[in-house]
Parts: sequence; C-alpha cells; structure tokens
Amino acid sequence: MSAQSQKNLQQYVLRLADNALIIGQRLSEWCGHAPALEEDIATANTALDLIGQARNWFAYASELDTDGRSEDQLALLRDERDYLNVLLVEQPNGDYGNTLMRQFIFDIWHFYLLEGLTRSADATISAIAEKSIKEVNYHVSRSSDLIIRLGNGTEESHGKLQEALNNLWRYSGELTLSDALDDEMLALGIGADLSGVERKFQAAITRGFHEASLVAPKIGYMQRGGKTGVHSESMGRLLAEMQVMQRSHPNLTW
Amino acid sequence: MYAQMVKATGKGVKTREQMDENERHFQDRIDNDIKIEAKDWMPEGYRKTLKRQISQHAHSEIVGQLPEGNWITRAPTLERKTILLAKVQDEAGHGLYLYCAAETLGISRDEMTEQLLSGKAKYSSIFNYPTLTWADMGAIGWLVDGAAIMNQVPLQYCSYGPYARAMVRICKEESFHQRQGFDIMNVLAKGSEAQKAMAQDALNRWWWPALMMFGPSDADSVHSAQSFAWNIKQNSNDELRQKFVDQTVPQAEFLGLNVPDSDLKWNDKKNGYDFGAINWDEFFAVIAGDGPCNKERLGARQKAWNDGAWFREALIVNAEKRAACKQAAE
Amino acid sequence: MSQKNEWPLWEIFVRGQHGLAHRHVGSLHAADAEMALNNARDVYTRRNEGLSIWCVPAAAITASAPSEKGPLFEPSNSKVYRHPTFYDIPKEIGNM
Repeated sequence: MSAQSQKNLQQYVLRLADNALIIGQRLSEWCGHAPALEEDIATANTALDLIGQARNWFAYASELDTDGRSEDQLALLRDERDYLNVLLVEQPNGDYGNTLMRQFIFDIWHFYLLEGLTRSADATISAIAEKSIKEVNYHVSRSSDLIIRLGNGTEESHGKLQEALNNLWRYSGELTLSDALDDEMLALGIGADLSGVERKFQAAITRGFHEASLVAPKIGYMQRGGKTGVHSESMGRLLAEMQVMQRSHPNLTW
Repeated sequence: MYAQMVKATGKGVKTREQMDENERHFQDRIDNDIKIEAKDWMPEGYRKTLKRQISQHAHSEIVGQLPEGNWITRAPTLERKTILLAKVQDEAGHGLYLYCAAETLGISRDEMTEQLLSGKAKYSSIFNYPTLTWADMGAIGWLVDGAAIMNQVPLQYCSYGPYARAMVRICKEESFHQRQGFDIMNVLAKGSEAQKAMAQDALNRWWWPALMMFGPSDADSVHSAQSFAWNIKQNSNDELRQKFVDQTVPQAEFLGLNVPDSDLKWNDKKNGYDFGAINWDEFFAVIAGDGPCNKERLGARQKAWNDGAWFREALIVNAEKRAACKQAAE
Repeated sequence: MSQKNEWPLWEIFVRGQHGLAHRHVGSLHAADAEMALNNARDVYTRRNEGLSIWCVPAAAITASAPSEKGPLFEPSNSKVYRHPTFYDIPKEIGNM
C-alpha cells in the first residue's frame, strides 16, 4: 500500500471510530441522570457498545498510523480539526427526547452503513462491522420503539420529539453525503456505497417517523463539515472535557 | 455502611416468653436459617426496619452513581472509560435490585424515591464527598467498595429472602469493583511523581470518610440487638471497621502510600491495628445534610426525576393506548 | 410524582445457554410487556446473553408458599472488565 492510500484508509477508519466515540461520550453523560433506572442502565449499555466499537476502530487506525500513535493517543489527543465524526453525533444531549431522536437517526444510518461495510474488501473493516452490527441491530430496535411510543404518547412527549426532530434533521444530510474519500474507498471495494445507504436510511426513517406521528422538516440546505474536521461550537467543549487527563498529564500510563 | 443509620423499631428484643405464637414461629424460622419470604407473616417491626434498611441501601447505590459518574467523561483512557461506565451502570442495577426487594415488603419505588428526594430518607454519608481527581476513582473502588463488600457479603445470608437474593447478585457483580479501584491506585503508585501525589492525596481525603461508612459504634444499641436477632445485621459496626482497617493498611503499605492517621499502630495483643479517633461531629453533620456535596447530589437526583416526568408519563399513556387498541381489535 | 404514573412491576425469567428451564432472575418496572422485555435484556443480561426472556406482570402471579432458590448466573466473555480476574492484583495483596 502506498503511503497516501494508507493515510486515506486511516482517515476513513477514523471517521468510523470518531462517530462511535463521540456519540458514546455524549450518551455516557446521562449515566446517573436518566429519567428512570431502567433507562439509565439501557443508555449506559448503548454507550458501552459504541465506545467498545470505537476502540476496535481506533486499534485498526493505530495499526495504520505512520507516526505509531496508540489507540488512546488517537482517541484523546488529536486537535479538533482532526476529528472526523459527522456533526450529528456531537450535538449536545438536550433533553432525553432530543437524545433519543439523535440516537434514532444515528442508529438507523449506522446500521445500514455497517451492513455495507460487512462486505468490505478490507478484512479488518468487515470483521469489525460484522461484530458491531449485532449490537447496532438492538440499538435500532430500542430507539425506534421509544421514538414511536413517545411520538404517540402525550401531547407533551409528541411536542418534545417533534421539536427535537426539527432541531436535528439538518444534520442528517451529512450522514450519506459522499466526498472524494468515500468515492475512493468505494472504488477500492473498501467503503460502503453511501447512495445505497441513503436509500435504505430514508425508507426506514420515513417509516419510523410515520409510525411515530412525526414529520421531518423541509430543509433547504443540510449542515455539513464534521467529516472533514469542521465542527460545531459544542465540539470544543466536548473535547476539552474528554481530553483533559491526556492533555494535562501527557505520556503517562493510567 | 450503605445503610448506616437504620433505626430498628421496637423496644428491644423480646424473650420467647414475651412473644406471641406468630412471633415465636417467626423467630424459630430465623434461628433455623429458613428464609422469610414476602408473603410470610412477619412482625411489623421487622417489615418496617427492613423497608428502611433496604431502601437506604438502594438510595446509596443510586446516589453513589454520581461521584464516580462525575469522571466518566474525563477518564484518561478509553479502557478506563468503559470500565468506569460499566461500574457506575452496575450501581444503577444494584439500586434497581434493591428497590425491587423492598417493594416485596409493600412500598413502591416511587414512594421510596419520594422519600429520598424530599430528604426524608438517608443514604450513605460517603457519597456526599467530592471527587476531585482521577485518583478518587481508584480510592472509591479500593476503599468504598472494599468497605461495602464487608457488609454485603454476610447480607447474602440474611433472613429475608428477596434481600438475600439481591445481595447474592450484587456481590457477584461487585467482585470486580474493588479490584478495578485497587488497580487504578496501583498504576498511579507506580507512576510519575505527580501520579503518586494524586494517589496519596486521594487516600488522605477518602480514608476517614471510608471509616465513617461503618456508622457510629453500635455495641450497646438496642436497635442493633433486634437486627442481630432478626438476622438482618450480622456484625457490629466496630467489628467491621476493625476488619477493614486490618485488611486495608497492608494494602496501602504495598502501594507505598501513607494512611493519614498518626495513631495507627499494630497491636500484637489484639492482633489488629489501633487507630485514631473518628470525627463523629463531621459524620453527623454530613448525615444531616451539611456535607460538602449533599445539595449537589440530591439536586442531581431531583433534576433527573423532575426532568424525566414527561418521559415516564408518556410511556404509560402510550401503553394504555396500545392496550385499548389491542382490545378493540379482539 | 403521582402514583398513577408509576410503571408496573414485572417479574423476569431468563433461560441461559445451557438448556436449563427459564429461571426467575429478578424484577423491574416497565410501561408494558414489550418494554419489559427490552428492559430485561438491558438490566438482567449485562454479563450473559440469555437466550430467551419471559416477563410476567408481578400482579398476575399467584404464589403458594415461597420456595425460590438463588438466581441464575451465567458467565460472559464479551465484557471481560466486568470480571474480577481481568485485574492483576499483586500476589502480596492476596485475595480481593
């Protein structure tokens, strides 16, 4: 593999790693604060799954790293512009309905993306996708179930979910927006076909919103930037918190 | 301990002659190690005391999520982050098991929650102390979970079936909690000067609150005597505290850390350590609500409960709608 | 904090991987049966994959004289950090 294609492959893997890590980090903020004990435990399970998946992706990104950076150095010591997660996952939790809506949109996309990646020509990627998709399958069923129930619950719960959808939908376009790196990885048989993912994502999410009695807003221009390192304001604070130990005590064992 | 201020009701232990037939039969079962189950007859005092004890225990698990939860988002490595998250999640699970055990006695989880949030119910004093550095995650696992285990292991054999079964599950799951804490301390103690200092600082701040977890001396308490007779308490507070000191001091020595007690000295005669006087004024102040973090801890639980009300309500309303639909379809 | 909004209580039974019958593992609260199943998966199979979960409304159980034994525990390999042997405790320390 040429140095450039190894770097590109690593960038692609880092996008997967960062998505799982950042949304896992956001979910873990709920630990001890969720609306019911059963929910607290369930949300922590999803966070544990996603951070576990992130660790697998980071381990692979570390193998591909020409500077020999470790899993933790990659996860916890890069500058903000070097994080390649989509904007959706870094959005602040808001209320529990907002968190669930963010999760629902993410889970459905994540599932179809991983489904594509199980067929990756890269054996490590397909193996990690294979392992992750079993967990994500459950994430989808859990978040869909809750969205449908809350959408058809009380007037208040319906209102909160519709508001969350209005706030978050603008970040959905980036999920399936292909750029040069996606195209290159697809051509090599390594990456997922985002146009196929988009079709399945749109069909499933439209069905979900319909069942939940919710309506996705019409958005003239979808927000983008996370995949290339241009993030929202809240990302800096998330990283400041997540990186504080590695930044203030570099090069130590914990 | 996790239920450190449980006042048993009643006026002391009755003699066999003072007991009526139900009470004698009940005491015989306990003395023969036959578990009491939810539907069995039990003295009102036993029921009341257990409700208090189990719910205090449950509240401690729930509030106990907060000091450690404080560091999940800041854990120094991804592995430490997952371990800590799994551990704090376990605490929620343990609270859940314990609430369910208490519910078998005829009190709902919402009632218990209300008692916690109104400040009427107590929880362990230890969780009102702040977690200031990463080393506090080590100190809590090592010292706080270490102390809790000493109390919880014998509770697996207590007389009330649902409580005992919850404790079996909890002890099984908790077995990794103390070890991960010690492991954090061990890595710090072998690390840089700054890491060692962080570990020592954590031990300095957590040592005395950990000893207070066992509660005030209860050697002469009539309440304890009744709880012993009912087999819902198996060791005196002082006995467990001594055991904890004897077990923990050599571990601190292994780590190369100093226990912050100038009176600490091995006593050959009693085959244990003598240790300094505990500041009980501090303990009672913390229990009464004047610890460093009481307001934050209770405030966080109140916020979670109030902010979550719409969510809990909506799911009930939705379930009712679904049930009605199903019925209409039949 | 009104009582009428409290989720009902469910008794949870899990059949593990070794072909034993379903066994009672504990209880939890959920708005209805489907949610109870989801919650049971999250609460009671954190360390083990129960192959099959039953949930029963606690109110629907008719109980004779109680005679339950302890709950079922299944080991799991998927989250090794949940097991005490994951941590190396120095020999000098002995049991922990």
